Amino acid sequence: MDHLSNGSGPVFDVKDLCYSYNGQISALDHINVTVYPGEKLAILGSNGSGKSTLLKILDGLYFPSSGTVKAFGQTLSELALRDDRFNFEFRSRVGFVFQDSDAQLFMPSVWDEIAFGPLQLGMDQTELTARVEAALLALQIEKLRDRPPHQLSGGEKKRVALASVLSLSPEIWLLDEPSAGLDPRSADWLEDFLNTQGRAGKTVVLSTHDLAFVEATADRMYVLDEYHQIIAEGTPQKILSDHSLLIKANLVRK
Amino acid sequence: MSQPTQPSRPKSRSGFIERSLVDINNTLEQSIFAEKIARQKGLLQALDPRLKLISMVMLLFAVSLSRQLSIIAVLYFWALILAAASAIPLGFFIKRVWVFIPFFTGVVALPALFITPGPVLINLPFGMVITHTGAVTALFLLLRVGTSVSFAVLFVLSTPWNSVLKALGVLRVPDVIVLVLGMTYRYIHLLLHTANDMFLSRKSRILRRMSGAEERRLTAATAGTLLGKSLQLSSEVHLAMESRGYRGYPRTMDRFQMQWFDWAAALVVIIVTAAAIWMGR
Repeated sequence: MDHLSNGSGPVFDVKDLCYSYNGQISALDHINVTVYPGEKLAILGSNGSGKSTLLKILDGLYFPSSGTVKAFGQTLSELALRDDRFNFEFRSRVGFVFQDSDAQLFMPSVWDEIAFGPLQLGMDQTELTARVEAALLALQIEKLRDRPPHQLSGGEKKRVALASVLSLSPEIWLLDEPSAGLDPRSADWLEDFLNTQGRAGKTVVLSTHDLAFVEATADRMYVLDEYHQIIAEGTPQKILSDHSLLIKANLVRK
Repeated sequence: MSQPTQPSRPKSRSGFIERSLVDINNTLEQSIFAEKIARQKGLLQALDPRLKLISMVMLLFAVSLSRQLSIIAVLYFWALILAAASAIPLGFFIKRVWVFIPFFTGVVALPALFITPGPVLINLPFGMVITHTGAVTALFLLLRVGTSVSFAVLFVLSTPWNSVLKALGVLRVPDVIVLVLGMTYRYIHLLLHTANDMFLSRKSRILRRMSGAEERRLTAATAGTLLGKSLQLSSEVHLAMESRGYRGYPRTMDRFQMQWFDWAAALVVIIVTAAAIWMGR
């Protein structure tokens, strides 16, 4: 298996992708998406449009029923991810923040949660400890380090989920509905966090139906409709000013 | 520190949902209370969990091997002092240890009072007698179990649950077992909250008394829904693990570090254990 590319080509290139659950329920229909390095891309769509499925495919958790997905110039497939070197490189470079923080926070304490990713990738203890401490500091959650996740508020859980990915220091952030369930202050903080990641040259791909959030964070966006197809692509200014498009995608009320 | 209260159980059959809610809330409340104790400042809380686990095992040996009632009593008294020095409310600690012992050990110890041959201590009606030897044997059993349980409870109450699990590594429990136990503990809380919400939502919609059959159907439906939710969640959790590099075998680490006071405590435990075994032989 070749090394994953570090070049300036797309980090993800999705061509004619279809995905269906159990081969019956269509979740994505002939999708074409390109993600460029350093951009902040939003996948905008209503509930059930297939945003989460698309992100899971980009993270190599689900695999297309048809079509291709390339990550860093290499085909992203189940077979490719069985290769230790490919898996290590891909998982080191791509971090995924789940919509449901309770699914993401499975370890019995915050510290263990943040250490989980680096540990699985075989990081030595000194570097691992430094990464965990840096993530705790960056997310301002040092005081939560020994707390069990079930005792945290929704905003705190989201910070821990972000820290658990930050400790991997990924080049690409995939975030599924990151602003869902957050209070306004936490949502503001999250916007700042993602913009900081963008300024640091990281690529951010997020799925959402929160128009205010996407306006404040994205450089470019794709719109998925209720038939699981992409119906538009463009800048937030272009997409968010097209009221009929937003109605068609079930993102605003008539 | 306020101790978890024991809400009264509604007695009528129509209180089935309330009973479920009370049970769930009690479980959550007790777990939060125990976690609070484990995280406050105290003598045992300051010690390395691995040392506490090994010390507990050593003291259990000392209690088991001791043949002197007085030595076991001294060890029990020492457990009480340790509890007090660790800011564990004594009433709560004693109750937690002794509430169930009469039911389990008491049943085993009871026949010994009557069937052990020896000098008569008390004459009872119908020709039954409690012998001196029988009373001592029963007392031995009760005190031995009570003291052993006290040390185990001290360990669990003074140690956060995730540290209890990690400390098991010192007994060579495999990482994968520790990880699964940790995840089980973590998700039991989530599922208890979910069950609580489900019962609350039912309660808000039920206007009359339910029959036994309806209650059973409701319980079965709740259990089924919870099972479905937990399966869905477990699938998401697995994806979240894979996403961060998990490939079928977990790698774990602990952050425990023995300090000078841990070594000092280890020395004390060794001396106490050795003295208890030697003096109680």
